[in-house]
Amino acid sequence: MIGSSERRIGGADRASGAQRYVADVRLGGALHVALVHLDCARARIGPIDATAALLAPGVVAVVTAQDLPQPMPRFGPTYADRPLLAVDETKFHGEPVAAVLAETHEAAREAAALVRVEHEQLPAVVSIGQALDPGAPLVRDPALRAADDPLRNTNRLSEWHFGWGDVDRASADTVIEHVYGAASTTHFAIEPHGFMAAPDGDGVAIWSSIQHPYVLQRLVAATIGLPVAKVRVFAPDPGGGFGGKQHAKYEPLLAVLALRIGRPLRLVLTLEETFQSVRSPTFEIAMRTGFRDDGTITFQDIVVDGMLGAYADIGYRVVSKAAYLACGPYRVPDARIEVRALLSHTPPATALRGFGSPQMAWAFESQMDAAAAQLGLDRVAIRLGNLARRGEAIVRGAGDTPVDGDWAQTVQRAVAWIGWDTPLPEGHGRGLALGIKSSATTGASYAIVRLLHDGSATVMAGTSDMGQGARTVIAQIAAQELGIGTERVNVVMGDTGAAPYDMQTSASRSTVFMGTAVLNACSEIRKKLRQMAAETYRMPEATLELDGGSVRLPDGARSFVEIMADTFGPMLGEVIGIGERRGAHIPGHPLGGHAAFYEFSCTASEVSVDIETGEVQLLRHVTVSDVGKALNPTHVAMQDEGAAMMGIGQTLMEHLLFDPQSGRIENLGALDYRILTTKDVPLEMASLTVENEDGPGPYGSKGTGESGLLSTAPAIASAIRDATGVAIRDLPITPERIWAALQSARR
Amino acid sequence: MPGRELRVGLGVNGEQRNIEVSVEQTLLEVLRDQVGLTGTKECCAVGECGACTVMLDGRAVNSCLVLAVEADGAQVTTIEGLTARDGLSPLQDAFVRHGAVQCGFCTPGMVVAAHALLTTTLRPTMAEIREGLSGNLCRCGCYNQICDAVAEVAGLVAAPAR
Repeated sequence: MIGSSERRIGGADRASGAQRYVADVRLGGALHVALVHLDCARARIGPIDATAALLAPGVVAVVTAQDLPQPMPRFGPTYADRPLLAVDETKFHGEPVAAVLAETHEAAREAAALVRVEHEQLPAVVSIGQALDPGAPLVRDPALRAADDPLRNTNRLSEWHFGWGDVDRASADTVIEHVYGAASTTHFAIEPHGFMAAPDGDGVAIWSSIQHPYVLQRLVAATIGLPVAKVRVFAPDPGGGFGGKQHAKYEPLLAVLALRIGRPLRLVLTLEETFQSVRSPTFEIAMRTGFRDDGTITFQDIVVDGMLGAYADIGYRVVSKAAYLACGPYRVPDARIEVRALLSHTPPATALRGFGSPQMAWAFESQMDAAAAQLGLDRVAIRLGNLARRGEAIVRGAGDTPVDGDWAQTVQRAVAWIGWDTPLPEGHGRGLALGIKSSATTGASYAIVRLLHDGSATVMAGTSDMGQGARTVIAQIAAQELGIGTERVNVVMGDTGAAPYDMQTSASRSTVFMGTAVLNACSEIRKKLRQMAAETYRMPEATLELDGGSVRLPDGARSFVEIMADTFGPMLGEVIGIGERRGAHIPGHPLGGHAAFYEFSCTASEVSVDIETGEVQLLRHVTVSDVGKALNPTHVAMQDEGAAMMGIGQTLMEHLLFDPQSGRIENLGALDYRILTTKDVPLEMASLTVENEDGPGPYGSKGTGESGLLSTAPAIASAIRDATGVAIRDLPITPERIWAALQSARR
Repeated sequence: MPGRELRVGLGVNGEQRNIEVSVEQTLLEVLRDQVGLTGTKECCAVGECGACTVMLDGRAVNSCLVLAVEADGAQVTTIEGLTARDGLSPLQDAFVRHGAVQCGFCTPGMVVAAHALLTTTLRPTMAEIREGLSGNLCRCGCYNQICDAVAEVAGLVAAPAR
């Protein structure tokens, strides 16, 4: 039932190894694909000699850009800018220049190593400074940009100017000004990306571990020139997504080749190739904030630079959408936010859990700490003093969604758990920070619910269950509305041929958007059953009342199963409901529409720091998230705590290192990149919620799943500063950086 | 194309099998591609993530680092071999109840590693559990739930309240 920790649907299959991920699906007669890439980011591609590869046993074909349709088809969720294979020049370390098709996986891999690619390495743009340098090489050929694009001769893909009031006329007693850096990190889902494509009648079928099968369906159809209905995407539950599996990678290439060769194709990336496929944008955020002596914010003057990769993917929206809320959850009378999304010779930057919001919180919350230190104010008090209250606007003048929660409660729960005012041992420090993220704005989710004659139900919902437990929550909602147990609900997902359109599984939107669609579909079923009861039992409909899984008649209740049996007779039948939830598109709005809700969270952390080595030990860590209503408390805690774990890694250890000359990624692979292990977790950890049933989703729910990492970095940085007196302004906060800061503080 | 010119004898989950392999094939590849047991997962393929953990003669190993020919004559236990015929083992069930399973891709390797730990260390402390599982990466961040699940089976902590 709603609000109880129902057992995870699919949990047993995952624990027993029976869960089938995309790499576990075998297609008969499939050819294996291996990609050929160069050991640098940017190179002019010369002649490609595939002679030796083609002579290797089992090799069927070696495909280069010249073998593909001309001009080279390009694809992307918004900008159709990514080629199937590199044309003339590689744009990032790992961009493939050829594909080998062979009878076995080993044969394809071995032959890929035999393909000789003459190439000339060229200087690469791999930092924000380089991307902004007018003398830097252009990542994108201006000929591929719109003729009237004023930025076409720069490495700026797009720019935005947000704000309200007049910053130049705003006054302040104190102005705090700093630049905050946040390194690019990679998703590192434990399941590497996998793709298959096969001819399917007069169309094509795709298998992919993808979060947005319907976007993929559209992109593949556009690449090949097929009607959308002739592309069927099977999306087995991804083994982790975190934003990295949102958009197409090599599916369009495989689709083109599978149709040409007439056989199924299979490509499972190595972990190194997976690292070379997805990353978060690199950020530099320059923030100038005005304060009155009492800590009140008077203005925010912000420049956000977000470095994308060579192709836009959805990275440009990560930068703009996050920057839209760069003032945080605070009352800011005057604001100016200049935003630049920059192209570079790095793998396409895309969504990564939090969608740029953690990086904004890193900046605006570090500013609050700097102000508190300078003004001699308590770090919690300065935040609560500026925190916007329910109904107030945080983005002014645009008609945006006002504050939709009692956010001070969230802060106070964290303050209480961490024991903010209690004394600390020597060498320990405590920090606290707030985070906010605009939820999904526009977009539709549709669901079809079929109540079968025996009272069980099939729910067709296009959400991806990538670990968050979407199946379980969807089943809980249907079960609640139809008055049955979740064990009688089957949720069908991961097949664009079976489940109706769902825009995407991201932005913590599924419980609110798909959950509402399922709820509405169930409401339609309930209405139909009441009508059926009125007709079958010849009663005026107005006298009948719905009650759980039954309809109340004057002589007693009839269950839905009884009503169906009495109506349909021995030939049977079923009752079908269709539900939808759409976010209105607002033309001209920077985000395309208003946030359905805000994810708001507070993190508090206690650390000890070894001042001789700079090593940080996390002692106690709490996240509090305003979730409206936890439909499944265990799932909420898992998501929230998991997000915090990812946030801790991004704060203390994770970064992709690009060689400034070659653009190579220097730390490909688990050992060199490093993420949290069982030995790195905080000694004591808690994940708490605030539940005021004030969200737009079913039963007052809001989305969650990203909340836990929105403010991890500034909370830990604040605790480190509390312990050591040094403020670090670049992520990750490595022991080296702390040690170096301590050394210069001593001097 | 490499030939499958060598024959190895392998006990897989108690069943004796003779399999033709090539010299460079790993145990992971043989289990997934030839024996058809896909519960064992491939992630890094270089022994850094633990997703492919199986038991080789009672010891937890990364099956991506073991050549199939090295396993000749050995007894291999995979996640499928730890699953009871009539349902989940107490350890697997504890994983699900504690919320230690999110995307699930690391779960089989994690369960096998935990099983090996509980087999070799009768009553592990929490520190020993954390140490024992530190070679298995979980990106969903269920480490606390995973360690609690193992600790429950080891008798260290109680089952979670529902």
